[in-house]
Amino acid sequence: MALLEVDRLTVEFPTRRGILRALDAVSFDIEVGEVLGVVGESGAGKSLTGAAIIGLLEPPGRIAGGQVRLDGMRIDNLSRDRMRPIRGRQIGAIFQDPLTTLNPLYAVGHQLVETMQAHLRLSDRDARERAVRWLEEVGIPAARQRIDAYPHEFSGGMRQRVVIALALCAEPRLVIADEPTTALDVSIQAQIITLLKRLAKDHGTSVMLVTHDMGVIAETADRVAVMYAGRICEIGPVRAVVKQPAHPYTEGLMGSIPSLEQRVERLRQIDGAMPRLNAIPRGCAFNPRCPKVFGRCRAERPELLAAGDTRAACWLYDAYSGGRASDV
Amino acid sequence: MFAFIISRLLQAIPVLLVVGFISYAMFAFVGDPVSIMLGQDFTEAQRVQLVHQLGLDQPFFVQYAHYMWATLHGEFGISYRLARPVSDLILERLPATIELALTAAVLALLIGVPMGVYTGIRRNGVLARAFMIFSLVGVSLPTFLIGILLILVFAVVLGWLPSFGRGDVVHFSHWSTGFLTISGLRSLVLPAITLGMFQMTLIMRLVRSEMMEVLRSDYVKFARARGLSERVINFGHALKNTLVPVITIVGLQIGGLLGFSIVTETVFQWPGMGLLLVQSIGVADIPVMSAYLMLIALVFVGINLIVDLLYYAVDPRLRVDRRALTGAR
Repeated sequence: MALLEVDRLTVEFPTRRGILRALDAVSFDIEVGEVLGVVGESGAGKSLTGAAIIGLLEPPGRIAGGQVRLDGMRIDNLSRDRMRPIRGRQIGAIFQDPLTTLNPLYAVGHQLVETMQAHLRLSDRDARERAVRWLEEVGIPAARQRIDAYPHEFSGGMRQRVVIALALCAEPRLVIADEPTTALDVSIQAQIITLLKRLAKDHGTSVMLVTHDMGVIAETADRVAVMYAGRICEIGPVRAVVKQPAHPYTEGLMGSIPSLEQRVERLRQIDGAMPRLNAIPRGCAFNPRCPKVFGRCRAERPELLAAGDTRAACWLYDAYSGGRASDV
Repeated sequence: MFAFIISRLLQAIPVLLVVGFISYAMFAFVGDPVSIMLGQDFTEAQRVQLVHQLGLDQPFFVQYAHYMWATLHGEFGISYRLARPVSDLILERLPATIELALTAAVLALLIGVPMGVYTGIRRNGVLARAFMIFSLVGVSLPTFLIGILLILVFAVVLGWLPSFGRGDVVHFSHWSTGFLTISGLRSLVLPAITLGMFQMTLIMRLVRSEMMEVLRSDYVKFARARGLSERVINFGHALKNTLVPVITIVGLQIGGLLGFSIVTETVFQWPGMGLLLVQSIGVADIPVMSAYLMLIALVFVGINLIVDLLYYAVDPRLRVDRRALTGAR
């Protein structure tokens, strides 16, 4: 059984003009020790998926359907009091901007200690000792001297290291890292990703790595899920998705990444823009922009279908219509 | 830290000089104390003698210098109305006002902050909405009306509490306190509520809006994601982050309470400085008015200093800036 099972998860936002469906029947698993990358454009629902899993959707957003199971136990319908011990202890979270995720008024050591003591039975002295070790482990120089320093006394990259320590200090089994490097300098990004990867491996932690940076995914993730307009359009082993993308959207996404090997005048781009949530077309959400669109795409929504080594939500891979598409 | 306090005290000097100048200028430009003191019938010789006695025949700046010199020595002159040293009058009245203002401020904080936190967290609860409506009443009703309504209900109709005065007081050399007698405490209730009502509702609304702001912040979301309890998040992480603006406003408000409890003291005939000021304004008792002005300026300078020190206690980011700043000098 997978560590985390997300089964047809649907998230809706009731608004004055009707209900917006921000996540539509999203399903995926994360195995123990696995790194799952989640990519997609802004607004595709990547971060929302993470927030829904740890039960921190911003109201009025709500889970309208589907299940989230951790070790086979449903966690999407737990009360606030029963969800609290799971956050941090079972599922940790790393947020995007390290400049705003740390409370400016408390020393980093205090924040580590309070997190560990919320979940583990530790004396003040043991917790402090562990806090020092965590700071050392995430690569804060002179950790013992820096433990009583405040967040503003660290640089952005150092703060993200502290955030990672905070997310991991109660030894969760899964970490949801929501764009952990987006707000950082390019030179720091690689360090942070390497650190995250190493820590996850050392502690046997599974990672759900949300990003829009394919490069990060390619070097970090075991599998990757590509999201588009609140749905997963392709999921599979990272190598297969990068080398032989099955879904036309993934193909377009890979085509738009600059390559060092080839010299290109202009990057390829996908024409058009992702639809707004209140105007998702019938059938496949990608159909207005898809170069391989055919009749069925505009009428019926495709499920994830086996497509070589990956699975893609595309009618091209349906035994019946896939064959017909080649005639078009 | 010590250097900071010293520099703050030095900055206070020009403030007090300016206030002193304004309050002194009242002697020269507001009303004519001489004619008030002499009454209807007087001879020219009497007038000249009084003018000389008060030093009013000297050049303006000489008078100002004399005045500031005397002020520095705690001599604020003689009250025209009561013919007693102003410093004595103020010392007599000061304890009443300080006790009233402090009680009102403590009341406002102890009730206003928890109510603000509560309404900030339970935005749509029935109780929170009731608090909000109540706070609207508190913010919008004028102080004198609240005072009169309280007197009507609790003193006249129900007869539970006294409607005026300070009750029995206990004297400790210069200080007189109403905290130690039953009648003193009973007398304190209505004026303190009247005076504190506006501050309380203001604090509540301020804390509420700050809480709502902070609860949306990333670090509160991250605290939730770390699995901290709601109590720790609300009171440890969120409330502490609302404190800097709250301290600013509360500091200014307490200055206001001390300085401008005039309406409340008048309504309740509270024997404090506010009442003294109103009575003095009525007869252009300028020494009292100017001394009062100086004292209030001093109070505000002191409170601002305390507020600044509290900032440093609450927010570590300011401590570093200060260190850097003093280092740069």
